[in-house]
Amino acid sequence: MLQGRKAFLHWGREMRKRNSLKYLSVMTWLTVPLLLSGCGSALMDPSGQIGQGLKSLIITAFGLMLIVVIPVIVMTILFAWKYRETNLAAKYTPNWEHSNIIEVFVWAIPCVIILFLAILTWQTSHSYDPHKPIASEDETLTIDAIALDWKWLFIYPDQGIAAVNELAMPVDTPVHFRVTSGTVMNSFMIPNLGSQIYAMAGMNNDVYLEGNEIGTFRGRSTHYSGAGFSEMLFDAHVTSDADFQAWVDKVKQSPKTMTFPDDYNDLAEPSIANPVEYFSQVSPDFYGDLIRSYKAGQGSDSHGEHNESQEPSMPMSAQAAE
Amino acid sequence: MFGKLSLDSIPYHEPIIMVTAAVIGIVGALIVGLITYYRKWGYLWSEWITSIDHKKIGVMYFLVALVMLIRGFADAIMMRTQQAIAAGGAEGYLPPEHYDQIFTAHGVIMIFFVAMPMVIGLMNLVVPLQIGARDVAFPFMNNLSFWLFAVGVILVNMSLVIGEFAKTGWLAYAPLSELKYSPGVGVDYWIWALQISGIGTTLTGINFFVTILKMRTKGMSLFRMPIFTWTALCTNVLIILSFPILTVTIALLTLDRYLGMHFFTNDMGGSQMMYVNLIWAWGHPEVYILILPAFGVFSEVIATFTKKRLFGYKTMVWATVVIAFLSFTVWLHHFFTMGAGADVNSFFGIATMIIAIPTGVKIFNWLFTMYRGRIQFTTPVLWTIGFIITFTLGGMTGVMLAVPGANFVLHNTLFVIAHFHNVIIGGVVFGMMAGFTYWFPKAFGFTLSEKWGKRSFWCWLIGFYVAFMPLYALSFFGAMRRMQSYEQTEWQPLMIVAWFGAVIIACGIACIVIQLVVSIRDREKNRDLTGDPWDGRTLEWSTSSPPPNYNFAYLPDVASIDSYWEMKQQPGGFKRELATKFEDIHMPRNTAEGPILSLFALLFGFALIWHIWWLAGLGAIGMFVTFMFRIFNNDTDYHVSAAEVEKTEREYHKRLEIQA
Repeated sequence: MLQGRKAFLHWGREMRKRNSLKYLSVMTWLTVPLLLSGCGSALMDPSGQIGQGLKSLIITAFGLMLIVVIPVIVMTILFAWKYRETNLAAKYTPNWEHSNIIEVFVWAIPCVIILFLAILTWQTSHSYDPHKPIASEDETLTIDAIALDWKWLFIYPDQGIAAVNELAMPVDTPVHFRVTSGTVMNSFMIPNLGSQIYAMAGMNNDVYLEGNEIGTFRGRSTHYSGAGFSEMLFDAHVTSDADFQAWVDKVKQSPKTMTFPDDYNDLAEPSIANPVEYFSQVSPDFYGDLIRSYKAGQGSDSHGEHNESQEPSMPMSAQAAE
Repeated sequence: MFGKLSLDSIPYHEPIIMVTAAVIGIVGALIVGLITYYRKWGYLWSEWITSIDHKKIGVMYFLVALVMLIRGFADAIMMRTQQAIAAGGAEGYLPPEHYDQIFTAHGVIMIFFVAMPMVIGLMNLVVPLQIGARDVAFPFMNNLSFWLFAVGVILVNMSLVIGEFAKTGWLAYAPLSELKYSPGVGVDYWIWALQISGIGTTLTGINFFVTILKMRTKGMSLFRMPIFTWTALCTNVLIILSFPILTVTIALLTLDRYLGMHFFTNDMGGSQMMYVNLIWAWGHPEVYILILPAFGVFSEVIATFTKKRLFGYKTMVWATVVIAFLSFTVWLHHFFTMGAGADVNSFFGIATMIIAIPTGVKIFNWLFTMYRGRIQFTTPVLWTIGFIITFTLGGMTGVMLAVPGANFVLHNTLFVIAHFHNVIIGGVVFGMMAGFTYWFPKAFGFTLSEKWGKRSFWCWLIGFYVAFMPLYALSFFGAMRRMQSYEQTEWQPLMIVAWFGAVIIACGIACIVIQLVVSIRDREKNRDLTGDPWDGRTLEWSTSSPPPNYNFAYLPDVASIDSYWEMKQQPGGFKRELATKFEDIHMPRNTAEGPILSLFALLFGFALIWHIWWLAGLGAIGMFVTFMFRIFNNDTDYHVSAAEVEKTEREYHKRLEIQA
């Protein structure tokens, strides 16, 4: 990172050599520190181990590429200046068009960098696979996240409770988010914690996340889904175990229930900036029922070939996309 | 009688739209009035509308693209303004209903109706001249392509005033674009505008593919083709292979929306993942359809203005071919977050990075073309240098997005927006502006104002960085794309900076307009009679500017890569001597069938959008009858007599002598 900053300093000096490029360098100065310092930034100052890992991945990839990006920018400015038409002192070789040595270098350098990046990609794609459980001594908590128009319904199948636009999770405990949609495509993300994953109707997607700092983080749908998209936000409370239990108890006090399909259909009506709601009881296998409802077709006119959907397991996971 | 169309379809209550419509109406009426006053309708009809001359079709493509650039930019500045205001609970001035249409229209217009016609316009103008041909392989089809494209443009603009445009994002992801979630006519406008203009694009692809393969002049083997023609060839192969995917995808969505089928619905076995895969199987090659010709422009510009051979011609060609091939293997990187497994994601991530290798090689080759050259800092060169720096940065952020792990947090954020504007503005727009300045004198016989061209460049370059660097920064704070409003007031300062950047870009666009006006005013002063204002290297500069409709009185012989440059290097140099003997030249006739067929296509599309079935039937029958008329029309070509060729050439030489 320090190297990167040095390189940018160097670049900045190059830029200032040309008066006309001065403004450009000022802009670079304005934005680069912001990118790198990450003060208060969800992605550069994350609160979960997945986010931490991805942050260093971004910085590593950035640094690796600067190895070739900085020389290119410096060479561009240098060559443009040195070989300007008026500089008759510079060498001029109008018919020179090939050099094996240069060809070797211009192919080899990008190849080597891409080779490193490819290895990094292969490894991190596997280690940060969203479907991969997080190793931990603590038992993994399951939360079902369901995208609706335009709010999030969170179901705690093991606790038998549900909430709209708010979730709580105990600190340092892996959480298995099972993600689906009761409407169009959305994407479930808590930027401070790490990876996002698409929420698609009729499909069971999932992402494992862990909060390692106590706090409240804003989560949202990141995939545009219509009129209420901008306000499709929720609070994710990463709490102590005791506070988590207190939250569960609070939700259990609610008079409201979440049954499938009756209560669900009421909630699924479009609403924008829906207030937080709690539900003290949830139909068993609510999540599975919702997914299966798409398999059967939502009317009575379902076709014969969809009969396989009667199987109790979730018939189609997003991995089928492979 | 009128299907879903009624007077209520016109958004009277939207002052922004009504004012825009009024301005368009007044300007339109003014243009029509002036044409009528100066009695130019006949001239327009016979010289432009029905023209099969590839140069004129190219000019028309570029002109429409410039007009649509202003429309698309108007959308952009409205979005930037909204985001500069709508922080911390403020709703801004655009409700989601309107804002969502604007970002959809911005994307659709900028890609389909600005970038594509610029690319196709330049190909039209330049490719036949570069390969020493007198026209394209299928001249009627070329005219038809343009007019089908124009139908798409008209439909998109109609949606502004009659009804609404899609509120789905530019790729209309299902199931949001399905009838259940988008019951209005917006998506139907999207469907028919893209479907009709897309067919035009496919025809262009076939046309130029055949033209390049079959109509090269004597001696021009594939590896003697100018590099722009090479990139055009690869682009047309990509068009032929990828646009049918778009056509089919949109057709399936049409079946869903019009006939209640279930290709991409949530239930009844529909698969939204299939839609996303299909649309990107077209969408990713599309990116390269746009950028490869821009690469070609930079290669021509840099060789011409460094007065030096292009470094590593063969490498450039193979790098282009490799990029074209790989562009079909990377579509999944647009949706790593869909949930595919680690193996699949790695494959597509690494395939994407591999594209960076030939691209990097190209950049080094441009650099080594500059190395030991004599660089003239003309406007096209400024665009090229601006491109190399900007595109390199854009490529870097692209590779960052190609790492699936990084993508899991960067996807859908403003990082993506900043990245693709980084490569599309820094690559395609800069390339097209370089090409515009470079080949303008070929089309019109006078050069463009350097002063205003350079001003435009600096505005675009600075404006780009001011507008999009803040978006990179904001993405790290969790700012997403397509937000109509946001809670975090701390994002607002950077949003305002971005807005300011867009204003600087507006100045850049204004400079282009002024450049045109000033250059046309001073055209006599900037007249170029030689046809070779830049001391060029390729065949298009060997003929007069603008070239006669038959391009070359005699088809040139080619013996090397920079054939025209080599001719000029012969002892005694290249002389524009009048030939002693002329022969008849076989040329295609102008056609009215192209515009008429397209007019019926417009009726057909409009009728289907509004479910006016009788009109759709009329449009379909009209298209069929016009097409049959064309098929049975045998009078499609003629011979320019030797005497007429001689007259044209003599007049040109007389002007040359007067100047000398």
